[in-house]
Amino acid sequence: MGGDIGLWGVPLAILGGAIRVSTPFLFVSLGECLTERSGRINLGLEGTLVFGAMSAYAVAYETGSPWMGVLAAMIAGSAFGLLHGWICSLPKVNDIAIGIALMLFGMGLAFFFGKSFIQPVAPDLPAINFGFWSDYTQVQAALKVNILFLIGIAASLGLWWMFRNTKIGLIIRVVGDSTDAARAMGLRPNLVRLLSTAAGGALAGVGGAYLSLYYPGSWNEGISSGQGLMAVALVIFARWNPIYCFWAALLFGGAGALGPALQSVGVTQGYYLFYAAPYVLTLAVMILTSSASKTMTGAPAELSITK
Amino acid sequence: MEQSLAQVPAIAAPGSLSKAVRRLEGVVIPIAALLAGLLAFSLFLLVVGKSPIDFYQLIYKAGFGTSFSWQNTLSRAAPLLLAALCVALPARLGLVIIGGEGAIVLGGVATGAIASLLVNVPALLAIPMMMIAGAIAGALWIGAVGAMRHYRGVNETIASLLMAYIAIAIMNQLVEGPLRDPASLNKPSTLPLAEHLRIGSLPGMDVHWGLAAGIIACVFSWILIEKTSWGFAARIAGGNVRAAQIQGLPVGILIVGFTALGGAFGGLAGMFEVSAVQGTANASIAAGFGYTGILVAFLARQNPLAIIPVAILLGGIEASSGLIQRRMDLPDATVLVMQGFIFLAILISETFYGQFRIFNPDRWRS
Repeated sequence: MGGDIGLWGVPLAILGGAIRVSTPFLFVSLGECLTERSGRINLGLEGTLVFGAMSAYAVAYETGSPWMGVLAAMIAGSAFGLLHGWICSLPKVNDIAIGIALMLFGMGLAFFFGKSFIQPVAPDLPAINFGFWSDYTQVQAALKVNILFLIGIAASLGLWWMFRNTKIGLIIRVVGDSTDAARAMGLRPNLVRLLSTAAGGALAGVGGAYLSLYYPGSWNEGISSGQGLMAVALVIFARWNPIYCFWAALLFGGAGALGPALQSVGVTQGYYLFYAAPYVLTLAVMILTSSASKTMTGAPAELSITK
Repeated sequence: MEQSLAQVPAIAAPGSLSKAVRRLEGVVIPIAALLAGLLAFSLFLLVVGKSPIDFYQLIYKAGFGTSFSWQNTLSRAAPLLLAALCVALPARLGLVIIGGEGAIVLGGVATGAIASLLVNVPALLAIPMMMIAGAIAGALWIGAVGAMRHYRGVNETIASLLMAYIAIAIMNQLVEGPLRDPASLNKPSTLPLAEHLRIGSLPGMDVHWGLAAGIIACVFSWILIEKTSWGFAARIAGGNVRAAQIQGLPVGILIVGFTALGGAFGGLAGMFEVSAVQGTANASIAAGFGYTGILVAFLARQNPLAIIPVAILLGGIEASSGLIQRRMDLPDATVLVMQGFIFLAILISETFYGQFRIFNPDRWRS
């Protein structure tokens, strides 16, 4: 049937878009949240995201299974995380600069190996249709939710619970708040950070798999335009809390869906500026939530970005 | 007492030699790191079944082998010199700016926009105005990042990259809309520059004036950083903001000033790309010079004079990209992978400073 719902299509498309677009933000920000809680920043997740997208697409195409693609992206992501963690454990090395280098390196490698996968079509990840009750195609489209989005919600709840209630969570937090205190407790801060960075990289890889295997659902060199980096800013906004990461990701997803939503109802004026909405939003959020004099609440004390 | 005095000359090398040896460390370690990065990349090439020897021969041939290839290399080095300064100047204050691409893009658009108003103005007057327009666009853009950093504590690394994406969106909007030349169908562009506004070549070679501007900018930046009280104040503020504030140094002016100056050089790079290479402002000016500039600056260890040879080296590598693709059947991203290896090797090498006795004359005989 699918009647015309007029301008109601815009908020609906933004809601649907928020669910669709937010998933990579969610996974990358959860990964970054985990890494930063251990006291280290990984700016290279943009590269991990792009390489994850490429490896997921390539493996899904070769094996015919999208879930094998997700697994490959996780493995690739944790490899990048291990590399980052290892280099950062060397004395006098700057973790921000390493992140920039790994961002460029990850993208270079992804473009290098991904060249031959731009043409073929890989299988998509499955989605659940929560809009079956509605006759409107727009509603159905908006409520078609990918399984990875649901896994992302579970992961943010799981991480939140882990930080609060488990020994592992406590160890990560201690290492993130004081290297000296962690050493005094007999912990190995560099090892904890190495593993946290690897796990964070694996999560970011899943975000990349979502990009190439569901939305937009193909591999090309422009697949990510800064989502990985925006997710890093998003973690600061979310005050290093995995639950807040979820809401922030949804907000950023909505901003990212603004341009396409307006275009779908025929607004083409200023298309590129609407396209830039997520960047402007990120910047505005950073200006509003940062402070020149105070340290931020909830920030791990060992984090170089807030010191 | 007398004994220890007598020992001093035997232990410490003469002052000038000691200084030279310490300075040598800053040359030997980056070169060794560069070679290590190239070695790692060679292994990568072997793994994917290509010959590293062929690869480096092609780079030599296409980048440095003939006078034609040198001219190509130097033309590509020109924007890299300016883009690297956009990283190196703020780095003096401890800021990591990675959004130079935004300054380049807006500098180029500003140039294209103002050039369409200057059709009847003689070049002697119009070209300086185009340079100023490009520089101001870049200075405002990166200076804003510095201001956000100082007044709101916003992380400058992330902010500058976000600003680069916003700059590209603004450029697309402008060249698709108000600034669009109706004749540019497939590739929206601004009106082509009038013939007399196009910047020509340096005398005696086929390299545009951007190279001279870049080298002058590097020398100027070196003098600013090393020989003036402003540069000294910036170094103090980069080391410890609070100490600088207690000393009464104008930290805010330093941060905004150095970021804006870096941005102005980035904008100038865009101006030369438009006025000397493209002849019009369009999406081609977002060619990634800003990102390669980050690597140039880190490879030069943020020293403006060292930027000159490093930019020429990387300009040569980029110049050979096309030939490598055709002759070796490698994707165009091969150069990006190579740059990634070099970048990582350079950053890892930071851990080796002060580790070698040979560079530390005080420890030679102990």
